[in-house]
Amino acid sequence: MSLELKQIVKAVDGETHIYPVDLVLEPGSFNNLLGTTLAGKTSLMQLMAGLEVPTSGEIWFNGKNVTGVAVQKRNVSMVYQQFINYPMMSVYENIASPLRVARYPEAEIKKRVGDMAEVLRISEMLDRRPNELSGGQQQRTAMARALVKESDLILLDEPLANLDFKLREELRDELPRLFAKRDCVVVYATTEPTEALLLGGYTAAMSEGKIVQFGATGKIYRRPNSLQSAKVFSEPPINTAMVKKIGPQIAINKNVQWKARGKAKKLADGDYMMAIRPHHVTPERLDDKAVEIEGIVEVAELSGSESIIHFDAFGQKWVSQSHGVHPFSNGATAHLFADVSEAFYFDANNQLVI
Amino acid sequence: MNKPVNQKAWFFVLPVLVLVAFNAIIPLMTVVNYSLQETFGSNVFLWSGLMWFEELLRSSRFQDSLGRQLFFTFTILVIEIPLGVIIALAMPKKGPWVSVCLVLMALPLLIPWNVVGAMWNIFALPEIGLLGKTLNSLGFDYNYTRQTGNAWFTLIAMDVWHWTSLVVLLSYAGLVSIPDAYYQAARIDGAKSWAIFRYIQLPKMKRVLTIAILLRFMDSFNIYTEPLVLTGGGPGNSTTLLSIDLAKKALGEFDLGPAAAMSLIYFLIILLVSWVFYTLMMRNEEQ
Amino acid sequence: MAKITLSNLRHSYMPDPKNPEDWALKQLDVDWEDGGAYALLGPSGCGKTTLLNIISGLLTPSHGKVLFDGKDVTALPPDQRHIAQVFQFPVVYDTMTVYDNLAFPLRNRGVNEREVDIRVREIAEMTDLTPMLQNRASGLTADGKQKISLGRGLVRENVNAILFDEPLTVIDPHLKFLLRAKLKELHQRINNTMIYVTHDQTEALTFADQVVVMNMGEVVQIGTPIELFEKPKHTFVGHFIGSPGMNVIPCEIENGVAMIGGRKIKTANKVDKPKGKTEIGIRPEFINFAAKGIATKVVKVTDAGRFDIVQTNCEGQRVNLILAKGAGIPSENAKLAFDPANTRIYVDGWLSGEGQQI
Repeated sequence: MSLELKQIVKAVDGETHIYPVDLVLEPGSFNNLLGTTLAGKTSLMQLMAGLEVPTSGEIWFNGKNVTGVAVQKRNVSMVYQQFINYPMMSVYENIASPLRVARYPEAEIKKRVGDMAEVLRISEMLDRRPNELSGGQQQRTAMARALVKESDLILLDEPLANLDFKLREELRDELPRLFAKRDCVVVYATTEPTEALLLGGYTAAMSEGKIVQFGATGKIYRRPNSLQSAKVFSEPPINTAMVKKIGPQIAINKNVQWKARGKAKKLADGDYMMAIRPHHVTPERLDDKAVEIEGIVEVAELSGSESIIHFDAFGQKWVSQSHGVHPFSNGATAHLFADVSEAFYFDANNQLVI
Repeated sequence: MNKPVNQKAWFFVLPVLVLVAFNAIIPLMTVVNYSLQETFGSNVFLWSGLMWFEELLRSSRFQDSLGRQLFFTFTILVIEIPLGVIIALAMPKKGPWVSVCLVLMALPLLIPWNVVGAMWNIFALPEIGLLGKTLNSLGFDYNYTRQTGNAWFTLIAMDVWHWTSLVVLLSYAGLVSIPDAYYQAARIDGAKSWAIFRYIQLPKMKRVLTIAILLRFMDSFNIYTEPLVLTGGGPGNSTTLLSIDLAKKALGEFDLGPAAAMSLIYFLIILLVSWVFYTLMMRNEEQ
Repeated sequence: MAKITLSNLRHSYMPDPKNPEDWALKQLDVDWEDGGAYALLGPSGCGKTTLLNIISGLLTPSHGKVLFDGKDVTALPPDQRHIAQVFQFPVVYDTMTVYDNLAFPLRNRGVNEREVDIRVREIAEMTDLTPMLQNRASGLTADGKQKISLGRGLVRENVNAILFDEPLTVIDPHLKFLLRAKLKELHQRINNTMIYVTHDQTEALTFADQVVVMNMGEVVQIGTPIELFEKPKHTFVGHFIGSPGMNVIPCEIENGVAMIGGRKIKTANKVDKPKGKTEIGIRPEFINFAAKGIATKVVKVTDAGRFDIVQTNCEGQRVNLILAKGAGIPSENAKLAFDPANTRIYVDGWLSGEGQQI
């Protein structure tokens, strides 16, 4: 069951929400839609579901053009950020409801609801009403309802956003397993890079109504094709600086410069935007080729196992993230070490060079 | 919003369109037809153009009843809206008394309009009515069937009694939708009740109040049954509002042309005022 | 600014509480130093918001006292306690400008306009709101609105404490990260007592000098972020802090030594005569694969970007590891080695040898 978007555009009242999007989602794949709140994730999902009709472009499902086909006629399930259940029905009836609509025989319904409740660990709650459940259990019920019928497309719109940190961790851990044996297309919208990484699968990085990059999650994390993609997929925010390459030297300014090594040697002379992830900038020298940076500490956050140091260097706000406890007082001068072999270089059009 | 294109949807809207056509469009067209012609019965019509409109707008009878109508509507709005908000603010927000208050508030709205008129007619009678007799025994010379001022007082009191509840219920719905955090923040910020009202409750009630004012404006402009039953437009013509005047003209005097013209002017005034008011409120909202 | 003392505090929403579960907040005695940054951390329904409302005066406790600098304020309403609060969902006065929002608490208290202007501009500078002072507050984004809420708290000079009730919930991750640092920086600049309620361990640990971990209306542990991470006093704390949380593995005790599957485990603490359930607690950060150790099977490896999370199955017991990128992961015959200095025995959930009292 593949889903294919061809040159999809969505404009409302002359304002473009989705710029031409081309995307092919494979059968049985798990796909993250990663982007900030107004990046267009929900708009794109509504187009995929058939809740909205694209202004132009086509949507193909399993080799059939389904553009304009109403959502009722597609086999789609959706889970929202809010816990949406029928308040007057028991958990059992909630989960059974899509099967009843599809006129499954009673015995089949019983079996499927039982299995689904087992997988989502809400077997004990089947007789209760949704409002008697905790937030986590309510969302499990909503998920069970979405998964109980064999949908071709399952859309999850930030389903864990309203849950406690630990519940989120628990459900996130179970999610990939739930879809493992299905050949439906799963799309999962999230604002959190870490969540996308932990869920794995494929990721479409979205920014301002465009898909800036699509690929295997780990791969696009390690090799963002553009500055936008690197920014979308970095938590804490990725550090950037303009650099100049002249001959063998790469320089941010007079004081911070280094000899190009490895792939960076291939860079042509000129100006680039360098980006480096916060965990490659550390208060301890981990590599003898790391470049020393002097900065003024804005604030240091110490979490007990990790230190996050916000500092000002060469007119930019940078962040360092490291293991252990490294206290700094605000306004202090700090010496940090950037492992520039892990840096990305982008050209004037923000495209990745190396 | 661009929803899936599905032509079948029109099929379901069709009955409503037919109904609206019979209910509103065809009668309206009939009225337009009458207002532009002169008739002496037996289906003989003479084209008269805008003659009825000119005549009507110049007539002091129309001007007077329009004036009375505007005075009535303005007065009841000035009383009912603040009163309704005050009562809504005073109502409990939780607990068993909520439903008691809501039911009490809804009661006047459930009474048929002619019954309201009849009730007040009797209630205010100077000799036997509770209100009339009490006022007289307190030394007021009260007789709404003879004195213009008294008739107006009774008419407005009746409307306030009947319709303030609507404003209360709408305002109350707006009030209970305000999250607790707003009140808590205001208490922490040291805001007094007036500031809480001015900066939290009033802004959050704005939408429902807009609707309340619109509804009360349109309803009071259309009011017919209650004043007819209560005062019949009297004494003299002193409480003859637009609708009563219109009915007299159309049914009492059978002047169909002028009556039709009057209905149209009447209709246009309501439409215009509602539109201007609504646009102003909404523009304010967007800023 | 004030020192906050909670003395013998208890609260129930019921008129006549009988069972332990009727109490939203069980026995609580805490001293919070003037100018400290504190966090109340726990899952939903653990009583942390109840506690916050008691401190702010929105709720009167059924038992016990709240003292600010030794003065009993239990009966005082919020506006007389001189506290500020930032709520989960941003509260701004929609019809006012940002400037008027910030000025509101001062104007309510009759401060003259000249002084209002000075304070408002000072606070706007601190909270990065200066460029939008004349904008309507309703037009700002969620993080801007939260800055207004915070600013309204900071603008008063005599504030005893600033309370935060999950203030970053509705904010996007990258802005959340920046606002979080901003709060920390502001705390260090103005040194006001701040109390931060959250279910998010990262927020609690990065913000606070001292974290109060709560569960089911009870305080489980109070400690610095380092203490909570390195030496959790209860398996709940171990599990709740850290991602993934501490591994808790059932064990037997023989002659005061912990045994898992017949193998001796070196631990940092001892247990004499175990009464009740005994478990080993060890964080995923402190386990490595080794040539010798407890046999296990690798179930799943998750790429978390900076490191790998390895899930293993140790005879039906799930054990997680956090490994640096590039560390070898054996495909078969995997053996686990625990770092003895960070391996501890827990009896009935509590850290052995430390007693149950906090």
